[in-house]
Amino acid sequence: MVNITINDIKLQVPEGTTILQAAKMVNINIPTLCHLDLHDIKMVNRTASCRVCLVEIEGRRNLAPACATECFEGMIIRTNTKRAIRARRTMVELLLSDHPTDCLVCEKNGNCDLQKLAADLGIRKIRFEGEKSTYTKDSSSGALYRNPDKCIMCRRCETMCNEVQTCGIYSAVDRGFETVVSPAFNLPMIDTQCTFCGQCVSVCPTAALTEVSYVSKVWEALHDPDKYVIAQTAPAIRVALGEEFGLEPGTIVTGKMVAALRRLGFKKVFDTDFAADVTIVEEAKEFIDRLNGKGRLPILTSCCPSWVKFIEHQFPELLDIPSTCKSPHMMFGAIAKTYFAEKFNIPPEKIVVVSVMPCIAKKYEIQRKEFEEDGIKNVDYVITTREFAKMIREAGLDFTKLPDEDFDDPLGESTGASVIFGVTGGVIEAALRTAYEWITGETLEKVEFHGVRGLEDGLKEATVKIKDMELKIGVAHGLGNARRLLEDIRDGKRFYHAIEIMACPGGCIDGGGQPYHHGNLDIVRARLNAIYEEDRNKPIRKSHENPAVIAMYKEYMGEIGGEKAHHLLHTHYTPRERI
Amino acid sequence: MAIAGYAIGAQFGYIYVRAEYPLAIHRLRIAINQARDLGLLGKNILGTNFSFDVEIKIGAGAFICGEETALINSIEGGRGEPTVKPPYPAQVGLWKKPTNINNVETFANVPPIILNGADWFSSIGTEKSKGTKVFALAGKVNNVGLVEVPMGITLREIIYDLGGGIKGDKKFKAVQTGGPSGGCIPADHLDTPIDYDTLNALGSMMGSGGMIVMDEDDCMVNIAKFYLEFSCDESCGRCTACRVGNKRMLEILNKITEGKGEMEDLEMLKELAETIKDSSLCGLGQTSPNPVLSTMKFFYDEYLAHVKDKSCPAGVCTELLKYYIIPEKCVGCTACAKVCPVNVIHGEPRKVHVYKRQDV
Repeated sequence: MVNITINDIKLQVPEGTTILQAAKMVNINIPTLCHLDLHDIKMVNRTASCRVCLVEIEGRRNLAPACATECFEGMIIRTNTKRAIRARRTMVELLLSDHPTDCLVCEKNGNCDLQKLAADLGIRKIRFEGEKSTYTKDSSSGALYRNPDKCIMCRRCETMCNEVQTCGIYSAVDRGFETVVSPAFNLPMIDTQCTFCGQCVSVCPTAALTEVSYVSKVWEALHDPDKYVIAQTAPAIRVALGEEFGLEPGTIVTGKMVAALRRLGFKKVFDTDFAADVTIVEEAKEFIDRLNGKGRLPILTSCCPSWVKFIEHQFPELLDIPSTCKSPHMMFGAIAKTYFAEKFNIPPEKIVVVSVMPCIAKKYEIQRKEFEEDGIKNVDYVITTREFAKMIREAGLDFTKLPDEDFDDPLGESTGASVIFGVTGGVIEAALRTAYEWITGETLEKVEFHGVRGLEDGLKEATVKIKDMELKIGVAHGLGNARRLLEDIRDGKRFYHAIEIMACPGGCIDGGGQPYHHGNLDIVRARLNAIYEEDRNKPIRKSHENPAVIAMYKEYMGEIGGEKAHHLLHTHYTPRERI
Repeated sequence: MAIAGYAIGAQFGYIYVRAEYPLAIHRLRIAINQARDLGLLGKNILGTNFSFDVEIKIGAGAFICGEETALINSIEGGRGEPTVKPPYPAQVGLWKKPTNINNVETFANVPPIILNGADWFSSIGTEKSKGTKVFALAGKVNNVGLVEVPMGITLREIIYDLGGGIKGDKKFKAVQTGGPSGGCIPADHLDTPIDYDTLNALGSMMGSGGMIVMDEDDCMVNIAKFYLEFSCDESCGRCTACRVGNKRMLEILNKITEGKGEMEDLEMLKELAETIKDSSLCGLGQTSPNPVLSTMKFFYDEYLAHVKDKSCPAGVCTELLKYYIIPEKCVGCTACAKVCPVNVIHGEPRKVHVYKRQDV
């Protein structure tokens, strides 16, 4: 422990405590901008580059960044001296002097850390005038939008991408005023090995990194009398959307979400969860086949398009291990434009499928050529939770006052197993519920597999006993953890029967398209709890018992894993370069 | 380095040289090979159990890689940009291991100290700065080159005795010490005995040992701009203060040297310079305002001339130059009008000519 004094308050702090952390202990708030501590997912950005959190330390020649300076015995700190305040304000003014300051029409208006900081510090005038940086904007991926003009060089994206996700897309390039965070050789994002997980978007304090928006396209489709526009919602939306409307994190808003979509003009409001149940029956079948010697083990879940792109770039030699199942929303698209179209007698070319997703990579996924049927895309547009909330606001819906409504039939029916797709460990737990019963022929009483749950461990292992088999299950969330796992599998250091990988730490609940958590992971934890609550609330908790799924196979799809199912619900992978 | 390695138990050292110095790299390679041949580097040095070897790491040509943490990042293959200290390299350095990192000059001082003893070394120099210092004397002096002088020598001795005085017997105006982020010291301080502390007190520094002499033909505002341009180019761009702050200072200086400066600009310039010095992450940003601050301190009248009178006393800032023809002296020979490429001299032969630009 070391004794320190902050603004005349004496306190003891453990060794290694930063001034910022110490100040928090005595309720002193030191403004920060580049700093971000997502301790639980091992992402700490301590670049000390913005110089906003500068404080005075007695005996030190210059000001010290509170975020990156550790306390020492006898340290006397003053956070609000004239000198510190002047420096802090100057730093923010300098940042603003090289910023477009088009806040009124900015994507992040109301959600921008720089805007908030300027407001908190009461900055009313930018005293410095001069050249502003202008760079090429990049929407080449159709998923992730880069506007380096708005970059403040906090480097959070770099830390996230390079250290947590280990994709290494971003680095600072050039020098001095021209310095900017950019992919190697300033390549368009689509030509890089970026997986579009969007975690950089999640941590970007400004609008330098956002999603490519399809809101206007969706409005256009909704207003087109020749189109039949239907919506599907991912499981993670219902536990996060409420945050956009001031509700407590973790509030489940499934009914209001459905009502909102209906009022926006969607002809049918369906649930990706239905397709998640389909995914599970297909994947469980594939798993059992592989256990029986048809194919290679381990089987890897394939619901996460970001993770799929990751393995294509990073482990092209392992492309035979992911399940061939399409991701649930792609399955949904294929089902909607075949089974549903036939059943309701709607020409498939008229159907527009809009996926509401917590994800940015899904925007990329729908553009992949393998997800087309006779020139008709499985899914037409993907909008994020945030974009959906914008549409609700634009339409003038008072979200919290909306009645609770139910999904439409038949693609709105789902089980508890599909809801948990939204969290790390959920897909594998859902698969186990079905695989257990199919292998043993017995009813599974205890449906919850707690060994695969939780945010804290990036790599989880569990052993599940099914009959006389001991199945080794691996779960990784965050691509860095996925990389470690895959390296071990490639090198034969670990063996599993089945693995679930989610690109985003925590799974889809913390996806790149979710409401911004601004560094507060308690919000993500609340979403996680809500997902499991939703699972418990469901009368049916095993995918293969979903009556609408059973009906679909009976009426249209035929055998699980059969020819038609294979054609519509499965896919293949392509080795890609590393750059 | 081998001695330093022996002292701290290190077995490997890196010599970091910028790629733009191929001759230095060439000679170093020869020297290292010779040392290996003599058994002064490599395994079992001089037959002892101690082994030490060095490798030359060629830098990609960034000034900032002279900063120790940036240098370490560069050797590791990362972007050459500084990180926050503490931890210092002696705690967490190259490959996250405690690292001893020094300038060549520091290492070069070690063998004579061991040979002649600490008392001998301490007998040279001042109370707080011992030994000698190598300066790279340049600029408007008759003798340019490297000089090794005892600490405590005066600037006058270096410039006039060793440097042989100012070129063309012009008037000395200032000496800039310490490299691009040192300050400018005026004639009043020529007799100050120089060491680390006195130079700092004058708003300059020992820095790299650069020493550039300026005479009456140098404009101090322009000099500040020149050095700041360098710092702007060589800033790694990591921290706000240095990346944006230096740019804004430079823009204000440009305004002033173009005759568009106002009194508020001078206040802003000073405040910004002080804040950047106080707020920057590394030594580059913490010192880059020195040329501005020291010239504002010692040559404020030149700033005022640029801002208030819109004139450059040294006649350097071209935007502020005013041309006119002295009527009493003009005989109307037309020689100047004939050679003027932009036709701004007007007049009849044998009559007084006038200088007149159409655009102003």
